[in-house]
Amino acid sequence: MSRKPTLHVPHTPARPGEDPDFSYVQISEAGAVERPEINTRVRDMVHLSEDMVRVLDEQHKGNGPWNPHLDEHDLQVGLRHMLLTRLFDERMVRMQRQGRISFYMQSLGEEAISVAAAQALAPSDMLFPHYRTQGLQIARGRNPVDLMCQCLSNSRDMCKGRQMPIMYHWARGNIFSVSGNLTVQYPHAVGWAMAAAIKGEDDVAAAWIGEGSTAEADFHHAMTFAAVYQAPVILNVINNQWAISTFQGFAGGERRTFAARGPGYGIASIRVDGNDFLAVYAVTRWAAERARRGHGPTLIEHVTYRVGAHSTSDDPSRYRPRDEAKAWPLGDPVERLKQHMIVEGMWSDERHDKLIDELRDYVTECWEEACSYGTMTEGPFLDRNELFEDVYKDMPKHLIEQRERLRALDADWDGE
Amino acid sequence: MPQMNMIQALNSAQDIMLGRDPHVVIIGEDIGYFGGVFRTTDGLQRKYGEHRVIDAPIAEGGIIGAVIGMAVNGLRPIAEIQFADYIYPGFDQIASQLARIRYRTAGDFFTPVTIRTPCGGGIRGGQTHSQSPEGLFTHVSGLKVIMPSNPYDAKGLLISAIEDDDPVIFFEPKRIYNGPFDGDPDKPAVPWSTHEKGEVPEEYYTVPIGRAEVVEEGEDLTVLCYGTMVHVAQAAARRVEADAEIVDLRTLAPLDVDTIRKSVEKTGRCVVVHEATRFSGYGAELTATVQEECFYHLEAPIERVCGWDTPYPHAFEWDYFPGQKRVAAAIEKVLEAE
Ligand SMILES: Cc1ncc(C[n+]2csc(CCOP(=O)(O)OP(=O)(O)O)c2C)c(N)n1
Repeated sequence: MSRKPTLHVPHTPARPGEDPDFSYVQISEAGAVERPEINTRVRDMVHLSEDMVRVLDEQHKGNGPWNPHLDEHDLQVGLRHMLLTRLFDERMVRMQRQGRISFYMQSLGEEAISVAAAQALAPSDMLFPHYRTQGLQIARGRNPVDLMCQCLSNSRDMCKGRQMPIMYHWARGNIFSVSGNLTVQYPHAVGWAMAAAIKGEDDVAAAWIGEGSTAEADFHHAMTFAAVYQAPVILNVINNQWAISTFQGFAGGERRTFAARGPGYGIASIRVDGNDFLAVYAVTRWAAERARRGHGPTLIEHVTYRVGAHSTSDDPSRYRPRDEAKAWPLGDPVERLKQHMIVEGMWSDERHDKLIDELRDYVTECWEEACSYGTMTEGPFLDRNELFEDVYKDMPKHLIEQRERLRALDADWDGE
Repeated sequence: MPQMNMIQALNSAQDIMLGRDPHVVIIGEDIGYFGGVFRTTDGLQRKYGEHRVIDAPIAEGGIIGAVIGMAVNGLRPIAEIQFADYIYPGFDQIASQLARIRYRTAGDFFTPVTIRTPCGGGIRGGQTHSQSPEGLFTHVSGLKVIMPSNPYDAKGLLISAIEDDDPVIFFEPKRIYNGPFDGDPDKPAVPWSTHEKGEVPEEYYTVPIGRAEVVEEGEDLTVLCYGTMVHVAQAAARRVEADAEIVDLRTLAPLDVDTIRKSVEKTGRCVVVHEATRFSGYGAELTATVQEECFYHLEAPIERVCGWDTPYPHAFEWDYFPGQKRVAAAIEKVLEAE
């Protein structure tokens, strides 16, 4: 019997008013997935792109071959950076609501992905972030004051007022500029890695995008170039289930995982529990070693959930169940690492609460300091001539003239 | 008559066309269930179904490539690009495909596609939510380019665009979605209900493509403008008490040269205004056209008021935006020239 084709529209499991449904998320047992040698051929490890690497189990124990066996110090650093990222975000969302900054994007629930990766990579490895990976900055030791000044476009703004909030960069910290245009950083990371290989250096590049952004052509450009040149690069896809209002099925996640795209290009690919700090750390470490030893690129899909709104301009209650986050099967990354450390006898609720208080005070101090360098309404302000700087290395004549015209205009109209 | 803001007017145009013509479909990022980040397609998926109002993957090149194929197969698609700043991944499909299918197939294939996209600044959106790239598209032969300045025109022009058998790039100045904006950010926002062009019929009507409108008659100079800048120009002329004729171009390509010529021949003076950067901008085309068409009537050099030739900043937005002061200064300069 024949049947006419009909346009398939991906099914969104739950919309407002419906019960959250994450039954489509395939989850492996903690410790169940094997850990291949770093030089394993892509075709011999295809299943890693469908399984899910997990270390922490329901009892908060570390399990299996991917357990990185981090010491107490490293775990405490990771926890601290995740918490600082979260409290930083919390503060900035609040400041946006009060009109102190124009816009913000939080990473609530996704902190392990950037913090664990930054910890697993070497400081000289180059990071190509997207707008929800502020944890990379925090974990690399950036002073939160610097990030706040950027959000305020004030006199100490690293972008000199030229970018919306969160579009940070950090040349000294080896973190590239966040772009508003999606996915563009993917081929940049590959090119950076190709340059490292051309120069014979053993630095690795890493890039992050959301799963929605894999639909852009730049994803495919990056995959092709990474595979063709076996570039020392780690390409991370953060599958937080949502791209604004659009469920991950619309980016092509309905039948296969995002990691499963890698083997088709000949790229080693791993799907990982993005809310498991230890698993993200271990997988990143593996990919970095593979790249550094000349075995080529890795694609990593981090399975997580975007707990907050897409941005401060967004209202997710219009397109997904209000309580969906509570039903998310992989829990919360901060809570899971905390419980693990408690189970291991390294941590306690009291110490945790004390740390939160300490970090919250620290964030408040940072905010006060940042505001002392200017706010949207109170000086010190950036020099307005900055408007015309850095379009080119040397300012061409027509821009000099435009700058003068702006000055003259104000002089003419002052006192009007 | 009913009051509509520009979002409602655009929604109404699409609603009517989906209802009248089963070949009309809409595709774009977040436009279906959610109704668009600016809500211009709100309720349309519920009314016409998921096969007519389609949520797209985040791939502007894919969206535009796909609507070309749909159009070739008999549909009349509308593609929404979430922000004009994100249209570039689709630029190759627009410039080297969409614009030329009719020409290169000697008319055997054609692409009745409308690409809607919010443009322009004034919303503190920085360089990725503020651009005015119309000049990149007016430079491409085979495209029609529209930018309305009010809800009435927005609806009538969008219906015309959808019905047009050629590809149309339809720019929506997002700063005036909810009300006219005269360039003064310190003034409280005013809704479209305060403006006569906020009166929009519920039913089908068209505003013709290729026809400018004289929105204010005047004797002393002509201001050529479009989109948000129509309101800024009107306020600027009032501020310096100039008897200005304000011409809202509405369609940038093909350009209504007759209306421009008639106005400048009458006034003998001309100011060209747009938000987009100046160098090689659309204003250069306007200036050249006026020079060619009206040289012997001109009594003063033509002035251009545009965005500075820098990327759109986040801070200093009101130093960047060609606001009332800059337009007024140009008006005065042109009026004072001997
Ligand atoms: C080229 C481009 N198209 C569209 C947008 C608008 N936009 C910004 S974020 C976003 C959703 C991205 O979703 P995803 O990649 O899944 O990342 P997430 O926000 O979930 O972290 C869209 C459509 C953009 N910034 N750039």
